[in-house]
Amino acid sequence: MKPLSHLRIDFMGRRKFAFAVSALLLIVSIGAILFQQLNLGLDFTGGTLIEVRYGASPSLDAIRVLLEESGFQDVSVQTFGASTEVLIRLQQAFDADVGGEVVNLLRADGDTVNLVRSEFVGSQVGDQLRDQSGLGLLVALGVVMLYVAFRFQYKFAIGALLALLHDVVIVVGVFALFQLDFDLTVLAAILAVIGYSLNDTIVVYDRVREAIRTSRIDDMPQIFNEAINATLSRTLATSGTTVLVLLALLLLGGDMIENFAIALLVGIVVGTFSSIYIAAALLLPLKLSREDLIPTKKELDEEEEELP
Amino acid sequence: MMVNFAVHGESVHSIPFVIEGRACMLNRYPLWKYLLILVVLVVGLIYSLPNLFPEDPAIQISSAQGDSLNEQQIDRVETALSENGIAIKALEEENGQWLIRLRQDDDQLPARDIAADLLGDEATVALNLAEATPEWLQAFSASPMTLGLDLRGGVHFLLEVDMDAALTQRLEVNGSAMRELLRDERIRYRNTEVEERSLSIDFASAEDRDTARSLISRDFPEFEYSSEGDGRASTLIMTLSDQSVNEIQDYAINQNLTTLRNRVNELGVAEPMVQRQGPNQIVVELPGIQDTVAAKRIVGATANLEFRLEARPDTPENETETLTFRNEPGRTAELMRDVIITGDSVSSASNSFDENGRPQVNIDLDGTGGTLMNRATRTNIGRNMAVLFIEHKSEDTVVTDPETGEETIEREPYVERGLISLATIQSALGNSFRITGLDSPTEAAELALLLRSGSLAAPIYFVQERTIGPSLGAENIERGLLSVQIGLLLVVLFMLVRYKVFGVFANIALALNLTLLVAVMSMLGATLTLPGIAGIVLTLGMAVDANVLIFERIREELRNGMSVQQAIQAGYERAFTSIVDANITTLLVAVILFSIGSGPVKGFAVTLSIGILTSLFTALMVTRAMVNLAYGSKPVKKLWI
Repeated sequence: MKPLSHLRIDFMGRRKFAFAVSALLLIVSIGAILFQQLNLGLDFTGGTLIEVRYGASPSLDAIRVLLEESGFQDVSVQTFGASTEVLIRLQQAFDADVGGEVVNLLRADGDTVNLVRSEFVGSQVGDQLRDQSGLGLLVALGVVMLYVAFRFQYKFAIGALLALLHDVVIVVGVFALFQLDFDLTVLAAILAVIGYSLNDTIVVYDRVREAIRTSRIDDMPQIFNEAINATLSRTLATSGTTVLVLLALLLLGGDMIENFAIALLVGIVVGTFSSIYIAAALLLPLKLSREDLIPTKKELDEEEEELP
Repeated sequence: MMVNFAVHGESVHSIPFVIEGRACMLNRYPLWKYLLILVVLVVGLIYSLPNLFPEDPAIQISSAQGDSLNEQQIDRVETALSENGIAIKALEEENGQWLIRLRQDDDQLPARDIAADLLGDEATVALNLAEATPEWLQAFSASPMTLGLDLRGGVHFLLEVDMDAALTQRLEVNGSAMRELLRDERIRYRNTEVEERSLSIDFASAEDRDTARSLISRDFPEFEYSSEGDGRASTLIMTLSDQSVNEIQDYAINQNLTTLRNRVNELGVAEPMVQRQGPNQIVVELPGIQDTVAAKRIVGATANLEFRLEARPDTPENETETLTFRNEPGRTAELMRDVIITGDSVSSASNSFDENGRPQVNIDLDGTGGTLMNRATRTNIGRNMAVLFIEHKSEDTVVTDPETGEETIEREPYVERGLISLATIQSALGNSFRITGLDSPTEAAELALLLRSGSLAAPIYFVQERTIGPSLGAENIERGLLSVQIGLLLVVLFMLVRYKVFGVFANIALALNLTLLVAVMSMLGATLTLPGIAGIVLTLGMAVDANVLIFERIREELRNGMSVQQAIQAGYERAFTSIVDANITTLLVAVILFSIGSGPVKGFAVTLSIGILTSLFTALMVTRAMVNLAYGSKPVKKLWI
């Protein structure tokens, strides 16, 4: 691990190439979101609920496999009050025939199956969740920008915000592009990506600020390179542990947490990249100079001492 | 490297601890810090321990006749269960009821069926989740987290929204507002009548009716208007259009969905399922409960509220109504028939204390509710206003068809109405007001609860209640749990390999972090789902970040030639601002998402905030304490980092 500390990678020298990669990813993502749209899961769309009664207790796993093989998506199968009664939820939009179709499928194995009811069910989350959480996210971003502007400088706030948007758009874009199931766990994963990306960006910023204040040279790209190289081993260690957990979840975890892991994996890779090439590198075109940080230096130092 | 060195050469000057002679005081904690850490950890341990004793799947057998069951019956059940390969964990008897704890979740339903078949009419057999927390832990009121619908299932309720009542209620509120309008404009009317989807008002002359028609139609565009009769028999008939009927019904069901969601998931960590089913039904599934009586308490009263003015002594009798108090059947009050607002306008109600320390209830209304309330109260200061609590209940009777012998359940709905509050209007009320002069905090709490539970847009009935099995298959659950364990193991190994002795400190901190996280989640009554467990492990993966930052900084300072003690001190000190800034920004996002977001987003914010706070505590204080104990004020030549 030692050699890592001696690495002097010229991150900023390659920023034009990185901007191009980011722009391409963003265009593909936005295009996918606009033209292919998200494949929203049962949680968001609602679907069909079917209750059936068996003659003898069936194997729920067999029912799950059978339904999924027949092309139904997002299938949930549960016992309902007794071991012979089964409740099935499908993402399928409700129509009068779905119930009969499912029962015929289940009967194919020679079981006695009766349809008790088949009905449309609404989404698990309401408009309230969408409206309020959207508003919440906007307010949260606003407050974070204010905080970053106060602790660092407003140019840093712009960089942090753009990095965050970059990460979220790309993760959502990947889900739209590959038509992966977007459900509530994926939403939670995206919120976690926001937390992670912000965390990572601030750590890089902190080091950039320190380097700008103490460095004797005025060449910004070189100062940035030093700061980023100094945080590199930390970045790799933290992303490394997180990626290890996620790989375990992705490869072994099964359907339920597969999409959760994919969203986070993409988010963490993109988030680590964006802390360097969006959040930090964008400070260069924003013309960050030492003077932007010096006037506030005294104030900031006092504040740091006040913290316990 | 030279540039780097210059950087640190400069900053070192400003830090006082490099002065020789103070170095021996480095890296020591005062005793109170160790004690604080110890207390937090012991409390964390106590409240997280119950999770090692998850509730047992069980069947509960009680005698159908009300006497106690005899040992023989239970012996028969026991043998039958073991013949069918069902493993029994324990047998318990309490108050003549028997509880058979089982080892496997999957065995619960078959066991119930076997026992029910065997005992027939002699006994009733029900599913139960039996608490397994040892008594000494229960004494701290510590309990485990409930397992989610995906892992263990729970209880499934089907509720039906009474659409006719939603319409009538809307018509009554509109009727009251129209009468208010007519009184303000001094137009004389005689009688209002509410029918299925129309309202009619009688007037003394056709002229009055026509003025009223143009006046009312301006404010209430959702009606279709028609005039009937002439002279003293002039009537204005207002009928709701099909579109507005649909709108009212959609509003009623959506409003009820929202209210139920908020009620069963106040903090967002309870992981219930609330869905609309078909045109007028709502499904509510609650995790980790099999006792429907307990679950119904959580779903709450299916009640409704009306705010009305008390009648003046000179009010004509056909405009008033006498109602009794809910808690004092002997006490009555004479109320106006006009309804100011109904419960769906109440957005929240809570109890607190006024400036003199007396209990009070704060009520918040939505926009329209506030306007209506203001209009009604500003001209009526000094009069009394009452809150009427209306409960829609139903009684099930089993009817046997004399010809086919088939049993059907007939539901007979009935309505119970009672006053819960009568208070004097002190000033014009708006969107937010309070009820003071209550006798005790308990009374205030109860009133607030009743107000909250009455905030439904339309009455609902329980139609069906069943237990429901886990939505994930056993194999899926096993794979999920395995992946989570492996993920955790990988983090631990990674830290050990990379940071050696300090990796051990970090891993101990990680274990304590997990303990604290689980303890707080259990105290909040959170529910554990498979994605939730994955989220917790992910939090741990990210929580090592603070330690990584510190350890990397210590290494860096060592490379720059600092002594061991100075490097430790500088590592913690300099990584501190990074850690605090990074975590405060994330915490800000979480706090705002919690206060504005709803449902699962709120729940995510709760978990994220707890995770940040516990990981800050363990990464900053707990590892520091361990490092200080191991190296502080000792001559150390080399650090295993």
